[in-house]
Amino acid sequence: MAGHVRSRLPYAPPPKGRGARAGRVPVAIVGAGPVGLSAAIDLALKGVASVVVDDDDRVSPGSRAFTWARRTIDIFDRLGVGEAIRAKGVTWRTERVFHGARTLAVIDHAPDAGVAAPAFLNLQQYHVEEILLARCADFPDLIDLRFRHRVTAAEQDAAGVTLDVYTEDGRYRLAADWLLACDGARSSVRGMMDLAFEGEAFEDRFLIADIRSPAPFPDERWFWFAPTFHPGQTAMLHRQPDGMVRLDLQLGPDADPERERLPERVAPRVEAALGGRPFDLDWVSVYAFSARRLAQFVHGRIVFAGDSAHVIPPFGSRGANAGVQDVDNLCWKLALVIGGAAGPELLASYDAERGRAADDNLRRAGRSARFMGPRTPAERLFRDEVLALAVDHAFAQRLIDPGRMSTPCALDGLSLQSADDPAMAGPMGPGAPCLDAPVTDPDGRPGWLLPRLGGRFTLLGVGVEPPAVEGAARLTVGEGGLGDPAGLVAARYPRGVYIIRPDQHVAARWAAPAPRAAAHALARARGAIAEVGP
Amino acid sequence: MTQSGEPTPDDAFAAIVEAHDGLSPEASARLNARLVLLLAERVGDPAAVIRAATAARRGLEDA
Repeated sequence: MAGHVRSRLPYAPPPKGRGARAGRVPVAIVGAGPVGLSAAIDLALKGVASVVVDDDDRVSPGSRAFTWARRTIDIFDRLGVGEAIRAKGVTWRTERVFHGARTLAVIDHAPDAGVAAPAFLNLQQYHVEEILLARCADFPDLIDLRFRHRVTAAEQDAAGVTLDVYTEDGRYRLAADWLLACDGARSSVRGMMDLAFEGEAFEDRFLIADIRSPAPFPDERWFWFAPTFHPGQTAMLHRQPDGMVRLDLQLGPDADPERERLPERVAPRVEAALGGRPFDLDWVSVYAFSARRLAQFVHGRIVFAGDSAHVIPPFGSRGANAGVQDVDNLCWKLALVIGGAAGPELLASYDAERGRAADDNLRRAGRSARFMGPRTPAERLFRDEVLALAVDHAFAQRLIDPGRMSTPCALDGLSLQSADDPAMAGPMGPGAPCLDAPVTDPDGRPGWLLPRLGGRFTLLGVGVEPPAVEGAARLTVGEGGLGDPAGLVAARYPRGVYIIRPDQHVAARWAAPAPRAAAHALARARGAIAEVGP
Repeated sequence: MTQSGEPTPDDAFAAIVEAHDGLSPEASARLNARLVLLLAERVGDPAAVIRAATAARRGLEDA
């Protein structure tokens, strides 16, 4: 197994004179995976410097997280890596579900036309990490990457965090105002803090394999219940770039992980799944999964994001996607706190908002896990009869759950959002993640709405001139502003004025410009109004 | 989009399955019978219930 060629990332010896006294940094990030690197970039875009430490000096060994959802691609666009990710990735929208040899359902994941990002994009985690690393290099003064630097202790007081960092050239102390623990499911920071990580473990084991094959595969997700090539279990086959496919095979609770990893065990399984197409194995892993979360993601000056905060069963692309979405929610808040424009209590909204998303992801992925691997006779009975009814009944096709795919989380009713204007109705109410739409510049040049919203607070007027409010940019669609060539902005955003957060969620809206209400709602969205929202 | 609010068909399916948690096979079968009767009453359309019974029987053979 050759595997992806992973070049070593540069190691730098411990800094001299950059110790606790001389080199206090605003943010230390532990973990240089997709979540930690996205955080470093997002903070750098807001002018906040960070040091990223990782005990390894290689990108991910296999594809691992490889399906990226539209909301995450929108975030990658905002981070400045969307183009590189799209240039390399395989975009797809169609999912085919089989039972044995029979097609049960064909699911189209992109019912919304007129958005820039694809429904989903497949790109191996190591490619995403390489693209994020290249982007980090655009900020040499703001992002300090330290590979083969291992955090061995973390202590905090009211003012910040001090890390003990071990390298092959000795130890040093790193002082930071804030620490982001983006160090994955087996988070060392979480372990050092001895925090409970509660939830449940699933007994089912899965084999995942990156396979090189010259045979053509369609840009679709194929999912089988009880495939003829792998009786009684589930299977998933999905194309990746570089002439690779990803194969996931359910092995059941009794599989021996060490044995199932052996090439002589794996090869016949892959051969059966590929139906005789030629192949080489690139990377193989056997894993079991669990569903757990920290009760709180913010612990004083230490903030958890991604798998360190919540591990989600791997159904529906909810793991790394949720991690990047955590970062998207966190970084603008942290930048406001570091800049003195908001108090640290703003971070409580990160806990509440991303806690809701984690709970939602855990609930949905947990259901998927049980649909794939029923644990009780009743679960198996109902699952099997849904599959049987799906042949003739559309309702049962819709209940088939081969991994309900990741969708963004609405933040309505949480503290930063204002109550909806009673005069408003329809989609895109407070808390909704912004949907993209085509727009044109006044000179007729075509573009997209989301990049115009950028990563700052924006008062968006749709068919209405937005009022001027300090601390927010203004953007108008119609009324002499951006054009709405397909009418999709007006269709998706009922006429009115919207406060858009830096993470492109609606914080508040009104049918008519309301400068005083807008100023108040903006203060609330920045965490300056403490009482709980509507 | 994930929205807080109205339960979905997925939620209903999960609730039906979870209602069986901890029951013996006999009690589980009784729960199913009760559910069917309660839902038939809720449907309020005897003809539809009769059609559903026919559709459900399809593909199942006599013992």
